[in-house]
Amino acid sequence: MREIRALIVDDSSVMRKIVERALRQAGLDSLVVHEAGSGTEGLEKLRGNAVDLILSDINMPSMDGLEFLRQIRTQNLASGVPVVMITTESSEEHVRQAIQAGAQGYIRKPFTAEQVKERVLPLLSAA
Amino acid sequence: MLLNGVRNAAIAGSPGAGRKGMEQAMGLSLRESVHLVSDPRNVDASVEEVFHLMLGVECRREDGPLPVEPESVTAVVGFGGLLSGACVFRTGGVAALQVAARMTGMEFTEIDDTVKDGIGEICNMLAGAWKSKVPDLAANCGLSVPAVITGHDYRLHVQAPEFQLHHVYRFDDAVFAVTIVCDGLQ
Repeated sequence: MREIRALIVDDSSVMRKIVERALRQAGLDSLVVHEAGSGTEGLEKLRGNAVDLILSDINMPSMDGLEFLRQIRTQNLASGVPVVMITTESSEEHVRQAIQAGAQGYIRKPFTAEQVKERVLPLLSAA
Repeated sequence: MLLNGVRNAAIAGSPGAGRKGMEQAMGLSLRESVHLVSDPRNVDASVEEVFHLMLGVECRREDGPLPVEPESVTAVVGFGGLLSGACVFRTGGVAALQVAARMTGMEFTEIDDTVKDGIGEICNMLAGAWKSKVPDLAANCGLSVPAVITGHDYRLHVQAPEFQLHHVYRFDDAVFAVTIVCDGLQ
């Protein structure tokens, strides 16, 4: 599989590592990971790095994941790049808001590597 | 330890985008489903889900209190919206190292920032899993980001909660307590 550049946005460094591990377990061996601890930091990373995939938490200090998504689209920073939300929030309202803000996928924490594989790989194939 | 800070943060992070949105949802009430919200089995199911999926361990309920250790780690995630309160995860220092090690695949010898981060995330996932068990709660209750406290000889005190669920669990020789405190129910 081609090299995949992923941006993982989560205020927890442990969770960023767990998401990275799940991506590798999903078969993305040639993975280049950029990490950000907030939406604000995520936007900065996108200004300096091209990515193929964005995975973001929702509940974060400074700028939450939904606002991060809106800013990506408003600032045209990652056009056509699939975004998957990985979050503890799982209500229909949260999912609706995430999709409205531009997310293509939604994974609820806690998750398995298999769930990450099922939700992420089809998006990369389609991109 | 006061819950006001985490509660306000949870309201700000709710799907209704703050107090106004929450107030608009106030036509809804969880009072009729308080038996579902306060069902103690939801805590057990949440612990099982989080620890099985994220640590690969099976937990069992313990009857006794959480053993007193020289150092303990407590994570708090606030609820705001139709239900206000908090999910509290508390464990001893040694057990915190075990939880973080299982979660990350790393070894830890002290309660550093990574261990505290991991314990905060466990609490965050427990809070999210717990509120997802009741759909009206999931849709109308926000979560704060986790706060983690370390030290010894401290107590969590909530005046006259609506209800409180407190369970102690064990996996291997790690013992921890999960407490759901509800101090306001709309």
